Amino acid sequence: MTAPAIELKGISKAFGPVQANKDISIRVKPGTIHGIIGENGAGKSTLMSILYGFYKADAGEIFIKGDKTEIPDSQAAIAAGIGMVFQHFKLVENFTVLENIILGAEDGGLLKQSLSKARKTLIELEKEYGLNVDPDAVIQDLGVGMQQRVEILKALYRQANILILDEPTGVLTPAEADQLFRILERLKEEGKTIILITHKLREIMDITDTVSVMRRGEMTATVRTPDTSPEELAELMVGRKVLLRVDKAPAKPGDTILDIKGLQVKDDKGVERLKGIDLHVRAGEILGVAGVAGNGQSELLEVLGGTMTAAGDVTLSGEPVDLTGKHSDGQSRRKRGIAHVPEDRQRQGLIMDFAAWENTAFGYHHDINYQRGVLMNNAAIRIDTAAKMERFDVRPPNPNLAAKNFSGGNQQKVVLAREIERNPDLLLIGQPTRGVDIGAIEFIHQQIVALRDQGKAILLISVELDEILGLSDRIAVMFDGQIMGERLPSETNEKELGLLMAGITDTDKPHSAEEVAQNLAHSHGEVR
Amino acid sequence: MQKMPQWAEVVLVPLISLFLAAILSALVILGIGEDPIEAVNLMITGALGSTYGWGYTLYYATNFMFTGLAVAVAYHAGLFNIGGEGQATLGGLGVALVCLMLPWPHWSLALIAAILGSALFGAFWAMIPGYLQARRGSHIVITTIMFNFIAAALMNYVLVNMLRPAGSMDPATERFPEAVHLPSLHDVLAVFGINFSKAAPANVSLLIAMIACLLVWILIWRTRLGYEIRSFGKSESAARYAGIAPARITIITMLLSGALAGCMAINNVMGEAERLVLNAVEGAGFIGIAVALMGRSHPFGVFLAAILFGFLYQGGAELALWTSIPRELIVVIQALVILFTGALDNMVRAPLEKVFLAMRRAPKSERKTQAAE
Repeated sequence: MTAPAIELKGISKAFGPVQANKDISIRVKPGTIHGIIGENGAGKSTLMSILYGFYKADAGEIFIKGDKTEIPDSQAAIAAGIGMVFQHFKLVENFTVLENIILGAEDGGLLKQSLSKARKTLIELEKEYGLNVDPDAVIQDLGVGMQQRVEILKALYRQANILILDEPTGVLTPAEADQLFRILERLKEEGKTIILITHKLREIMDITDTVSVMRRGEMTATVRTPDTSPEELAELMVGRKVLLRVDKAPAKPGDTILDIKGLQVKDDKGVERLKGIDLHVRAGEILGVAGVAGNGQSELLEVLGGTMTAAGDVTLSGEPVDLTGKHSDGQSRRKRGIAHVPEDRQRQGLIMDFAAWENTAFGYHHDINYQRGVLMNNAAIRIDTAAKMERFDVRPPNPNLAAKNFSGGNQQKVVLAREIERNPDLLLIGQPTRGVDIGAIEFIHQQIVALRDQGKAILLISVELDEILGLSDRIAVMFDGQIMGERLPSETNEKELGLLMAGITDTDKPHSAEEVAQNLAHSHGEVR
Repeated sequence: MQKMPQWAEVVLVPLISLFLAAILSALVILGIGEDPIEAVNLMITGALGSTYGWGYTLYYATNFMFTGLAVAVAYHAGLFNIGGEGQATLGGLGVALVCLMLPWPHWSLALIAAILGSALFGAFWAMIPGYLQARRGSHIVITTIMFNFIAAALMNYVLVNMLRPAGSMDPATERFPEAVHLPSLHDVLAVFGINFSKAAPANVSLLIAMIACLLVWILIWRTRLGYEIRSFGKSESAARYAGIAPARITIITMLLSGALAGCMAINNVMGEAERLVLNAVEGAGFIGIAVALMGRSHPFGVFLAAILFGFLYQGGAELALWTSIPRELIVVIQALVILFTGALDNMVRAPLEKVFLAMRRAPKSERKTQAAE
């Protein structure tokens, strides 16, 4: 048997009292794709950071091709043949592909020589692995999928034999993800070893050969992928049986609650982010808005939530909603019965330094029940918070704990409890389960469906197609500030939605991934 | 999880910082060939050894409480108001106008009017930078410091050309009438049968400053406005989401901050000088920044830090009087205190956090080994 490409023995790492990695051992066979799956905070990223030399392990050993190797910094990791593709790309936006690739690997004081040498190597690499990237393209003109390929090329240029990818599909459309997986397969055929970190069960099932599951800093299992199932993996991740499918009865839609006509938004730079949108949401239904991040969904939510001004006609239960004037702020929206769970709970939904009880009053601090004369009735807010925390199973149920000390899932529950318990007519909800662990996802989805069943209108925005397909009663797809079309979840699939998300409406015809990527590059797509 | 217990955060960190600053100051004093122990003795007896010394210490502390609170309130909204100097200068103008323009039957009525006048003038002076930041995006740090210079120039003009009594060579107003003279701490404490130095300038404004500390505490932690100010200070994007208008909060906070700085004038102008002179603020606006920094922008912390700086001020003056240590050295010592308590905060905090973490983990592992036995 050949030596494993990478072997970790007894890796442990603690941050203060938190044990991020506990006695972790894995062996990754050369020329395979090895998945590492786990919830947020399970210790995946810490482990990879140790492997890439960002952190020093408290204990344990690393073997590369059977040799014990010390990795004190990322230079050492690169020297050992490890390449890393981060979730957030580390590219210089206004440099060309070629310039980015040699960055930090220049040969001498003068660039010209390195550039021409790099160009030759790069063209060889591209041919070898079937990566189509123009070396002279400027990064900011490239779509996300292309940028990711540049990151992969960067690693290959540095002669990486082991490629680590951290949540690589987070920003990709399904078509782009497929394309990425084809590249990974090709790399594997050429003998590279790939470690794929993800929280998406489907990706693990589709592409990996073996998979390791992490939970609370420990490696709970390593199995061959064909021998396992998504259900089993989920259970290993969470530690109990999890319902992966959203369980809901068919919707019984009532009157139109939210009606949007010709909504237009320009950002600070005068770029049109919404180009005349028509949408409606009825009582008792969930309208899911799908799209690659950065195509106008955020702006839609901000306008409706009252943090951005816009032009157009919006009515709520038949009454017009002020989009520019005095009543276009968040307070006015709340008074109208619009609750808003924002996309980014750490920047908008919560104040991380505030205690849970202060966050529960957030946005509703004018509520008469929270006042005592001219002062705020902090005691009443605390009691109310404790009750809400219990109903939404927030752990730990301590109203005095600062928001930053809760896990992502529990932070989201604090926000949800605050917004849902206001019994709104319309709930705006963005990325409800971003950075939330599987166990909490199930609970959050149940709460959203329960609100729908009470006859409330819900506008859901998510970049997770699974979530859109599972939760929505109707799906609208956004691309470049426009609605590309509406579909019923029962009559569509990921492929069709994926093409719509790339702005391609004739979804019956086959389309190449290049076409999709090119199209997306012209939209405002994320990572700008 | 809290890394350190609250008391360590609030008490231990500043004390250690202070201790380090003291050691460094001692080295500096040694360096110029003086005896640091003697110097400390002199400072303590000079500032705290008599009611006369206390009278000066508390007089300075009153100034610093107002300017410290001004910085603290703005800080909670994420605004760095370093224009306390100018706002207090304008506050002096407000006090002078109130005291000179109207006939006052009793000091208490005059005091209320003077508080309003000084607050109004100080608030106005802070509102302009507040407005410029909220509506025009001019950074408040730049504008407030500019406004200090404008205030100084304005005061020069007003005193020389408008308020100077005819025939006087001194750029100052005439003395305030007898009726508006504030009772000194000597008068106040005499009511309770306590004997306090008659010559010291501490006066009833100290009580106003202490009430201001309490009111600021209530404002910040018990009112909706304070809640909005804190929210805005912690996260502007979140505040916007909650429907808290950034421009409104910026302007209101600056009004409050300027009003507090302006109120300092009831102490130095109305209580002590009893007339308005040039450069009446004497840098108290800047000391306020250090006071707020050291007091962690908490009104009680500001109260304590103000007294500490009052002590340094008065002790320093004594030092300059009785030794050959120059007055400038006191500025060095003050600067060291600011450096250690403010800028080098993490130097003390980080190791201390480690100590506490280690202490927390140690008992647990001990228990484990005991269980194993």
